[in-house]
Amino acid sequence: MSEKHEKLINKKGIRLDGRKADELRPLKLEVGVIPSADGSAYIEHGKNKILVGVFGPREVHPKHLSRPDRMVLKCRYHMAPFSVQERKSPAPSRREIELSKVIRESLEPALFLELYPRTGVDVFVEVLQADGGTRCASITAAALALADSGLPMRDLVVACAAGKVEDSIVLDLYDAEDKLGDADVPVAYMPNLNAVTLLQMDGILSPEEFEKAVNMAMDGCKQIYPLQKEALKTKYLKVKEETKDEEIEE
Amino acid sequence: MSSLITKVRQKQIAQTIDAGNRLDGRALTDYREFTLEQGVIEKAEGSARVRLGKSEVLVGVKVATGEPFSDTPNAGVMTVNAELVPLASPSYEPGPPDENSIELARIVDRGIRESKAIDTEKLCIESGKKVFVVFVDIYVLNYDGNLIDAAALAAMGALLNTKMPNYEVVDGEVKLKQGYTPLPMKSHPITVTTGKINDKLIVDPGFEEEQVMDARISMAINDEGNICAIQKGLAGYFTPQQIIEASKLAQEKAVEMRKKLKW
Repeated sequence: MSEKHEKLINKKGIRLDGRKADELRPLKLEVGVIPSADGSAYIEHGKNKILVGVFGPREVHPKHLSRPDRMVLKCRYHMAPFSVQERKSPAPSRREIELSKVIRESLEPALFLELYPRTGVDVFVEVLQADGGTRCASITAAALALADSGLPMRDLVVACAAGKVEDSIVLDLYDAEDKLGDADVPVAYMPNLNAVTLLQMDGILSPEEFEKAVNMAMDGCKQIYPLQKEALKTKYLKVKEETKDEEIEE
Repeated sequence: MSSLITKVRQKQIAQTIDAGNRLDGRALTDYREFTLEQGVIEKAEGSARVRLGKSEVLVGVKVATGEPFSDTPNAGVMTVNAELVPLASPSYEPGPPDENSIELARIVDRGIRESKAIDTEKLCIESGKKVFVVFVDIYVLNYDGNLIDAAALAAMGALLNTKMPNYEVVDGEVKLKQGYTPLPMKSHPITVTTGKINDKLIVDPGFEEEQVMDARISMAINDEGNICAIQKGLAGYFTPQQIIEASKLAQEKAVEMRKKLKW
């Protein structure tokens, strides 16, 4: 396969986009970006641009899905038709249905579902631009949006992938590496609780390589975690500034 | 998921596992007995039935001609679909595939695809125009837990049993000839699922255990003992140590099963 394309990693161990093996893409995180939503977040992770809106706790629709002893978390991961090279049909694909499920399951361990019986919370993930690793960026942003909505959480959930590209284990694969590489291991993690809430893999890895990839992905998560917290703090600093102005006006 | 067994029973299962035992007498790392029968549907190009405990999964393979994907003009196409047939469990309902059956199909698909089990290049008839398309249809006939492993096993069993029609190309038209050749296969992935109940790992969770299970992790292991696909599922979590433990269990069990299957 390697003859067909440019080398993804050069002799000095630098990747096509200029990163080292264990280097993340640039990240930008912002919360409170959708005024109509109860909680929201925006993430730019490399060229990925993803918007997440959270609604609830509110009444569950359809009603029969409501649970007498806990809240129901619903999640919809969706890619915009213009988010990828070839237009994607807006109808939910099987991939999107699976990702919606695993993203939901990666967030549930962080929430106190039992505190909000008979209610539902909806997490809507819209991928505006995709460049590899959208499920991870979606989880990182969705956890922020949930925190922004004011729901109590056991920890933030943060996600990052590692994988194998041309015999090296590398962090945070982008589109070309994902497509041409040998393996991809997305991991979602709650750093304070040392709990892995999403783990998938495709490609072939030896047990040793797999262990290395999981550890590298968790290290990536630990690097993103402080950025998540910072994004939350920034929002409240802004609120503080705004209320200060109001006081002066009075 | 709303539970299909009583709270008392759930508690009993969890407590037994906490004490290191299982209600059906298995050790935590024991796999249930399973059988694989091949060639059970004559009209399908390939088929297999797996019984794992009382779980029963039938897989039929149909082979047709179609167009390749534009990014892989020289490769045949495989698609996997799963039906949780309503007769298999009181909790299954007729209707379009829900997220559970889609996830099941995609886990089985990933195990076969990522291990490169089918030699898809040999399924090319005319580059960029015509290839063989392999349809793998999973039919769940009885639900008694761990459908992922049972379906993955049945799918591989059916593919290994698949015969492709012989053909010749006459003026750009594909004409079928007499006789069949086996589907070209390169590897034999085996999927092993480990569940987590109260911080204990159990291999091959049964139906009742799945009602109490916090999380599961399924790993496809290839002939060389490498991992070729993983899926964590359900709304619980694993510690990093448990993941490594689960991967060791999966490899152990895959070796045992491979020996029994003679793959």
